[in-house]
Amino acid sequence: MLKDQDRIFTNLYGFGEPGVKGAQARGDWDNTKDLLARGRMAIQDEVRKSGLRGRGGAGFVTGMKWSFMPKEASDRPHYLVVNADEGEPGTCKDREIMRHEPHKLVEGCLLACAAMGAHTAYVYVRGEFYREAQALEAAIDQAREAGLIGPDACGSGWAFDMHVHRGAGAYICGEETALIESIEGKKGQPRLKPPFPANVGLFGCPTTVNNVETIAVVPTIMRRGGDWFAGIGRPKNTGTKLFNISGHVNNPCTVEEEMGIPLKELIERHAGGVRGGWNNLLAIIPGGASVPAMPKAVCETVRMDYDGLQQAKSGLGTAAVIVMDKSADLVRAITRFSRFYKHESCGQCTPCREGTGWLWRVMQRLSEGRARVEEIDLLDQVTRQIEGHTICALGDAAAWPIQGLIRNFRPELERRIAEYQASQSKQAA
Amino acid sequence: MSSRAEIAVSGPPFAFTEENLAEAERHIAKYPDGRQASALLPLLHLAQRQNAGFLTLQALDYIAAFLQMAPIRVYEVATFYTMFKLHPMGRHHVEVCTNVPCWLRGSDDILAACRQKLGIGPGETTADGMFTVSEAECLGACVNAPMMQIGDDYYEDLTPETTVAIIEALARGETPKPGSQSGRRGAEPAGGLTSLTSMPGEPAEAGKSGGEA
Repeated sequence: MLKDQDRIFTNLYGFGEPGVKGAQARGDWDNTKDLLARGRMAIQDEVRKSGLRGRGGAGFVTGMKWSFMPKEASDRPHYLVVNADEGEPGTCKDREIMRHEPHKLVEGCLLACAAMGAHTAYVYVRGEFYREAQALEAAIDQAREAGLIGPDACGSGWAFDMHVHRGAGAYICGEETALIESIEGKKGQPRLKPPFPANVGLFGCPTTVNNVETIAVVPTIMRRGGDWFAGIGRPKNTGTKLFNISGHVNNPCTVEEEMGIPLKELIERHAGGVRGGWNNLLAIIPGGASVPAMPKAVCETVRMDYDGLQQAKSGLGTAAVIVMDKSADLVRAITRFSRFYKHESCGQCTPCREGTGWLWRVMQRLSEGRARVEEIDLLDQVTRQIEGHTICALGDAAAWPIQGLIRNFRPELERRIAEYQASQSKQAA
Repeated sequence: MSSRAEIAVSGPPFAFTEENLAEAERHIAKYPDGRQASALLPLLHLAQRQNAGFLTLQALDYIAAFLQMAPIRVYEVATFYTMFKLHPMGRHHVEVCTNVPCWLRGSDDILAACRQKLGIGPGETTADGMFTVSEAECLGACVNAPMMQIGDDYYEDLTPETTVAIIEALARGETPKPGSQSGRRGAEPAGGLTSLTSMPGEPAEAGKSGGEA
């Protein structure tokens, strides 16, 4: 278990004061000038050494992502865009950072910008997070007033400013190029890549998009060293991580733990265990709506990191752990996700626009058993026609939960169909 | 082809108040010169707030002119994002999250409590224009499920009883206390802290939170 001394988000629950004074008392903004003085490459190197991987779902190595930004300054300014469009069902970690630890994010933006030759950061906060956006704006104003950011950030000579941009209720804007479109005042429809944002991003300029949690851990990595962070967790799966444990547990909560913690330990230690005991467990979705559900047998031993969950044919995603006990209707849950993806498809690519609605309609029938057994295979086939055939990953995200359901819980689907057919023939007789 | 009239309802002429004009300029200043279109989302939010929770055709056209954009660009954005409302809404918009994490914790009961109290289902507005109820997609407060958003605030850790109490308070013109309705401070486990127990100066305060109403 992670020791309290190794936790980064010490005000995760908001018991302390989120403002600049409280943040400084917790160690934020301590000698930031010296960190900046180490220079662009040194910051990049420290973050690369830490092994930090993106906390927004894709898990790309952060230090490498930053290195894609042009080395030389040109007439096109560089931008950092922070993705706070937290909307993956089950996920509520960035919210805690913005309302209780906003200064970690502000300081992280400054350091990340210095590491990429950027002077401006935009934080794209989902529209519904009105209070969280307010809390972050308050922190930015405090930092500006204290000279921590501004034309001479922390007295380092580096000019840096940041702004909050509120979205307006579109899940798709969590996709980085849709997010960029949205900041430009357009519909949030993903762009074709290439060109990648590091070359042509916001306003046509080099841009890096990072998740809130990714950026917020950077100051602590810089202070305690990349080696410290890399020493937590397992190789290629390093550091600490915020886990959101929701659903059928005794004490749903958000907690910072080490990467690679066994799922069972995570739930029993922090969430008070599965409702009705571990043996009452049906399935767990370990990383938000987009990753496949895992049956109890897999949950017994699986470790909560990128590689551990990939081996279990699921994914870490955003580390949003959704627990379902035996009272849960898993098929209805996946059907609800299908409705979600249908609602959130931006409509740009045909396989996703048409496919998500089709999946939802078939899932609705399946959840009631109103289908033929052959349709299970047809459904699986159609998900594979959507997966990989769209501009962005929303099509994949709509496909994966259903694929996981068919792979791991096919007998339940067949049982429902048989039960429905039996009830029909009884009525007929 | 849909006509302009179908995009949004027509209303009286629209213009920002003095206060909102200053706020609009503050938003535009966040973006580089010539990129004022970036302020479209913030300005639509502002106009909606000024106009009782929805955008009229006049408001959309006003913002298009304000940002020197083609009106069609504004219409397509206003119709793309779910938070922009193009028809009159109840004074309080009750949005009950019904995505899976909330559903597992009883969001069906929360929706039923709203229906029972207000006599309306999702997508409907009470006859007195006080409340509109909606089903919302995941609002990102999953460890405090079930939850709903009303206006700018989240109401979390709901039961049917607390849901009704919040609606009744709003009907009386009060402002119910947002956040957890079960006494939690934030996203900590309800059974007592399992981490951050040895941070200097914090455990004492942490202990207090459990009993807060």
